[in-house]
Amino acid sequence: MQVEKKPFKPLIVAFCCNWCSYAGADLAGTNRLNYPADVKIIRVPCSCRVNPLFILRAFQRGADGVIICGCHPGDCHYTTGNYYARRRMTLLFSMLDYLGIEKGRTRVEWVSAAEGQKFAETMNSFVETICSLGENKRLEDLRCKTE
Amino acid sequence: MQDRMIARAKELLADGTVNRVMGWQKGEFTYDITPAVFHTAEELDRDFVCNDFAAANVSKYLVKESRKEGRILAFLKPCDSYSFAQLMKEHRVLRENVYIIGIPSWGKTDFEKIKARGLSGIKNIKDNGADYFVETVYGDEVTVPKYEVMLDRCKDCKSKKIVVYDELLEEPNGDVIENHRFDEVARLEAMTPDERFAFWRNELSRCIRCNACRNVCPACTCEKCVFDNRDSGVENKAAADSFEENMFHIIRAFHVAGRCTDCGECSRVCPQHIPLHLLNRKFIKDMNELYGDYQAGADPDTRPPMTDFRFDDCEPSVVYERGGAK
Ligand code: SF4
Ligand code: SF4
Ligand code: SF4
Repeated sequence: MQVEKKPFKPLIVAFCCNWCSYAGADLAGTNRLNYPADVKIIRVPCSCRVNPLFILRAFQRGADGVIICGCHPGDCHYTTGNYYARRRMTLLFSMLDYLGIEKGRTRVEWVSAAEGQKFAETMNSFVETICSLGENKRLEDLRCKTE
Repeated sequence: MQDRMIARAKELLADGTVNRVMGWQKGEFTYDITPAVFHTAEELDRDFVCNDFAAANVSKYLVKESRKEGRILAFLKPCDSYSFAQLMKEHRVLRENVYIIGIPSWGKTDFEKIKARGLSGIKNIKDNGADYFVETVYGDEVTVPKYEVMLDRCKDCKSKKIVVYDELLEEPNGDVIENHRFDEVARLEAMTPDERFAFWRNELSRCIRCNACRNVCPACTCEKCVFDNRDSGVENKAAADSFEENMFHIIRAFHVAGRCTDCGECSRVCPQHIPLHLLNRKFIKDMNELYGDYQAGADPDTRPPMTDFRFDDCEPSVVYERGGAK
């Protein structure tokens, strides 16, 4: 039997805040800016809605990278949500690194509703990083892999 | 010390200050001691014990006990008092229903370490001050220096201070002490990611998901735990693969971040000897470094770092720059 090696196509999950980055992604779309189709956007009401478990679950279900996008500090729709998110994600990422999971696989970016350009650029650079890291092996769940 | 504790407990029972006593109960051997509640002077005389093996933290029991009828007397070691203070802060215990006597502790003993010296069938352990005299059913008689078999968590003790009490068994109160509890974390941080990954795989893959670490933890007092959620797919079951092992430990450590007093119970009870304190201490170390020194349970008025923020906190991208090999 011959095993064909397919080129690596990353799967990226982006948690986007409804009030800013999600609209930023929209703007990127209406401006016809390109960003890779590997990015799957999940809309959340606020960046601080993102529970560490969401991120681990995304990895379990086959994500190779997870990015969280929220409003710039100071601009949160709920005033302070992103400040809490910032602390949580810092600690979580640090813990993942401590367990030996590549640090590049997780990222936080602040993207406002007016920053379609930034959204597209962020996604392009994140996909590039993930491509260089390759497939997520350290936080994978083989039972959830289709191939 | 034990005799003075029993005498004082009897006095408080007799004058009606309390109607029961939280302490430790004798087992079949010197070393198998369990937390228990005593109701009468006779029970105290018969079963109450407090020796070097009474390592169990009783604060968590007080969550339920303090909600029962009447006041309960509790003997708290310094580390237990931190846990109790943290539970007070989270409004999990009713302070007015607990009468606390602070007891000093010079470090508790790890029975496993005595056994690890190749001794089996231990039937008696006598306390000779600086060392133990161990007798086995096979007729062996060995002297073991106490310091060598002390619990790891006690060797790295953070404080001898009792932070919450109604009276102290022994004046004066102890102090916060110099310790090296973050050394091991720093050693891991200095490794390469591959080495760290191998280290943690080796440790975490031994987990049998007995949930002992969660059940004993004074910070894990949720009425409904995420790991009891039927829909989660990870409810009370052995981890099926490496992902579930990692997930359980990351999530549990994350849930207690900022609330964990570093009492060391989780590592003490783990039947697989997984160094869980290294996960908790990593969070504590990070929080100290990034958000300022904080000790859970030490001060009732400060805000825990995870429910607080500053406008100029560092960005999560610091993780890419700081600490350890890339
Ligand atoms: S006590 Fe040890 S073996 Fe049991 S669930 Fe916790 S880490 Fe796993
Ligand atoms: S996580 Fe471990 S050290 Fe921290 S409070 Fe719970 S049992 Fe104690
Ligand atoms: S693991 Fe989390 S949810 Fe479960 S008892 Fe501990 S803190 Fe609560």
